[in-house]
Amino acid sequence: MKARIHVTLKNGVLDPQGKAIEHALGNMGFDGINQARQGKFIELDLSETDRDKAETMVDEMCRKLLANTVIENYSIELE
Amino acid sequence: MKSAVIVFPGSNCDRDMAVALEKVTGHKPQMVWHQDHDFDTVDFIALPGGFSYGDYLRCGAMSARSHVMKEVVRRAEDGVPTLGICNGFQILTETGLLPGALMRNADLHFVCRDVKLSVENADTLFTQDYMEGEEILIPVAHHDGNYFADDDTLDELEAEGRVAFRYCADVNGSQRGIAGITNAKGNVLGMMPHPERMIEPALGGSHGRKLFTSIMNRLG
Repeated sequence: MKARIHVTLKNGVLDPQGKAIEHALGNMGFDGINQARQGKFIELDLSETDRDKAETMVDEMCRKLLANTVIENYSIELE
Repeated sequence: MKSAVIVFPGSNCDRDMAVALEKVTGHKPQMVWHQDHDFDTVDFIALPGGFSYGDYLRCGAMSARSHVMKEVVRRAEDGVPTLGICNGFQILTETGLLPGALMRNADLHFVCRDVKLSVENADTLFTQDYMEGEEILIPVAHHDGNYFADDDTLDELEAEGRVAFRYCADVNGSQRGIAGITNAKGNVLGMMPHPERMIEPALGGSHGRKLFTSIMNRLG
């Protein structure tokens, strides 16, 4: 089973890299970008076949390592 | 005073820290590798600066989950004085020993220069040889020193006198100019600037020396 994890900065946390991307895209002539936020994408190949167990395990991984919940949110997709 | 310096792959201020500790206390610290599960009983633990594990995932994230850090966290929670400088500060926040997080500098630039700090609380075991409000010149060298915590945490840190050092002028976008904080018990200090690089005039100044004499005078 594959787990796909997105880690993003929480709303209200300043994202200077996202701001730099937003400005660069604007400078390149891409108009109408209200906001750019940069995050991380992590893909795990799991041997677990039970969906609920996998979800519980990946959620624990996110809380304990993959995301810093002081500043980041995470979302998990299983497939 | 017996001390230990924890060394991670990518630490680069471990030897500066060892030299500072030896010059000030007269005793060579034990250097402890990150894969060690245990080390001698010591009076003081230092987490040095650097780019441990190449800053992979987040600065300090990997180191905070290393074997040796389980032992460091246990001892720090038991009250052993523990100091984290720069990457060491990032590691301390990642373990949860200190609140908040260190984010990318607000202007995205790596900052490497001497900065003025004000000693906000001279009543901690790390700062007792300074005067409250004293201005000191200490170098910074970091890309991720922008201290972030929610407003409630910041209010609590300030109300409890846990902001040990503040930048006199903005350096990296840190909330409320915070350069260094202690835990609630007062035995753990994390700070981005490098006092170990300012312990004698030959290094450009000795304003960092009192941090080490404070610890030594308290611990004997």
